Amino acid sequence: MKELDPLVFLAVFQEMLGPLLWVLIAIALLATFAFIRLLVREKGIVARRLVRSELAGLAGGGLSLVLMAKVSSSGFTDAGGPADWFLIALVFGVGMVGTAILVYSLVGWLRAPAKSA
Amino acid sequence: MSKEDSTRAPLSEADFRLDRRGFLTLGAAGAGSLLFKPGSARAAERIKSQARIVIAGAGAAGLAAASHLASRLDGAKIIVIDARKEHFYQPGFTLVASGIKPKNYVVSSTRDYLPAGVELLEEAVAEFDPEGNRVVTASGTAVPYDFLIVATGLKLDYAAIPGMETERIGQDGLGSIYHSPAAAEATWHAMSDFADKGGTGVFLRPGTEMKCAGAPLKYTFITDDYLRRRGKRSNSEMIYNANNKALFSVPIVHEKVRMLFDQRQVKVNYERVLESIDLGKRIAVFKTPIGPVETQYDFINVIPPMRAPDAVRNSPLPWQEGGWAKDGWIEVEKHNLRHKRFENVFAVGDVAGVPKGKTAASVKWQVPVAVEHLVASIEGKESAAVYTGYTSCPLITRLGQAMLIEFDYKDNLTPSFPGVIAPLEELWISWVMKTMALKPTYISMLRGRA
Repeated sequence: MKELDPLVFLAVFQEMLGPLLWVLIAIALLATFAFIRLLVREKGIVARRLVRSELAGLAGGGLSLVLMAKVSSSGFTDAGGPADWFLIALVFGVGMVGTAILVYSLVGWLRAPAKSA
Repeated sequence: MSKEDSTRAPLSEADFRLDRRGFLTLGAAGAGSLLFKPGSARAAERIKSQARIVIAGAGAAGLAAASHLASRLDGAKIIVIDARKEHFYQPGFTLVASGIKPKNYVVSSTRDYLPAGVELLEEAVAEFDPEGNRVVTASGTAVPYDFLIVATGLKLDYAAIPGMETERIGQDGLGSIYHSPAAAEATWHAMSDFADKGGTGVFLRPGTEMKCAGAPLKYTFITDDYLRRRGKRSNSEMIYNANNKALFSVPIVHEKVRMLFDQRQVKVNYERVLESIDLGKRIAVFKTPIGPVETQYDFINVIPPMRAPDAVRNSPLPWQEGGWAKDGWIEVEKHNLRHKRFENVFAVGDVAGVPKGKTAASVKWQVPVAVEHLVASIEGKESAAVYTGYTSCPLITRLGQAMLIEFDYKDNLTPSFPGVIAPLEELWISWVMKTMALKPTYISMLRGRA
């Protein structure tokens, strides 16, 4: 079998999402960058904010699952084996972590200037 | 190859080959990209050539071949010939007929996928003349070639079923998914009406070779599921008439489907081929070893006999003897798709006379091999590229679940994710691939990007 080519993944995701692909990648990169900058700036994690972000993350994970069910024309009673539970966990996990980082960074940057002022 | 009776791209398949780590990393949404792993085309250097290459047919196989050739050759004249302006994503027909996707999900334009520098002649091929190295179009234009790729697809021979009228698909409990996007949608309405009322549902497959042999099975499972969801299963009878002694050509898959049909109380009859139909009285007559058998139905999914298009059948290209000669499938070497008698002719997709898989997954794996051999011929070399017969079928077994069945010429199962996605297990992840990842992957294949 031939080697897996990242360009093929890119091609397929482009067909699947169109311009939305670039928006999503931009948001993911931006949020990650903002998160790291925030960590450096605040010299660590703010526990209180993290807990709140994680709560938002739970909602984000749930929303990811709803979105996934909608675009795949199915529901989660359709899970039939371990691979399905893995996929559900993966979708939930990505939604949760993504939302938590996004919310943590957003809240941090919106409040940080006031603190430093 | 008239516009009405010919369809080109294969139905409902994909192949999902990638390593497990790659898959797990990207998740199921991206898994479709694996369906169509990269051909060697992109990596190779472009070869200067003045060759004149004609591709008959602009379906999945024709367009994928055009894209691969355009990326491999510099200066070659590539001409695609096809009368139909629309492109049909045939793997989606089952989803349209199941009420999952709208009709426009499967319709686009051929020109959207035509690679730069490739000429499209919007005519039907009326005659193949491999001795004269030319094809003749319906308007009488002769198009000479150095190399020919035949990708005409096949002909749905509805006329071979006395009593059948394609314009009545969608009425009186008559369904037929394959005919066209509109017929697939009309079939959905007929099937949905049936599921509201219950009754006798009759399912079948033709006695010829056919595209996506899993599709008749899928539609039986889906109809059964709708009846259950609407509380009409207990007062309904579901009948599947197999054309021979098996439900699927791969024995282990046959056994699995037999067990599932048994569980769901789908009655199976073997060696029954639809012989004629009375649409008004809703009676189908089947040819059986004990003579004709009449079956009353409330809903039927008619799948017509499938043969090579007339222009191919009337040419010297088909097998001259054996089981494939009668229906006109082209005589190619099954491991490289090169014609056995005309060295500069290849056949890919549904029209190729090979033992397995008239599917998009087959196209994905056939096209790079055929192009590899064609380009090697231009260079005066030999290619070692081999097509193993690999194909696949996301066999839907209920709404929301499918079995990802992959196999080859030898009837071996060839799972891409052993230990993760069991080929004979009904899984949601396989359904997700079918509904989300397959079409983007297919389109990438047309563009030569996958």
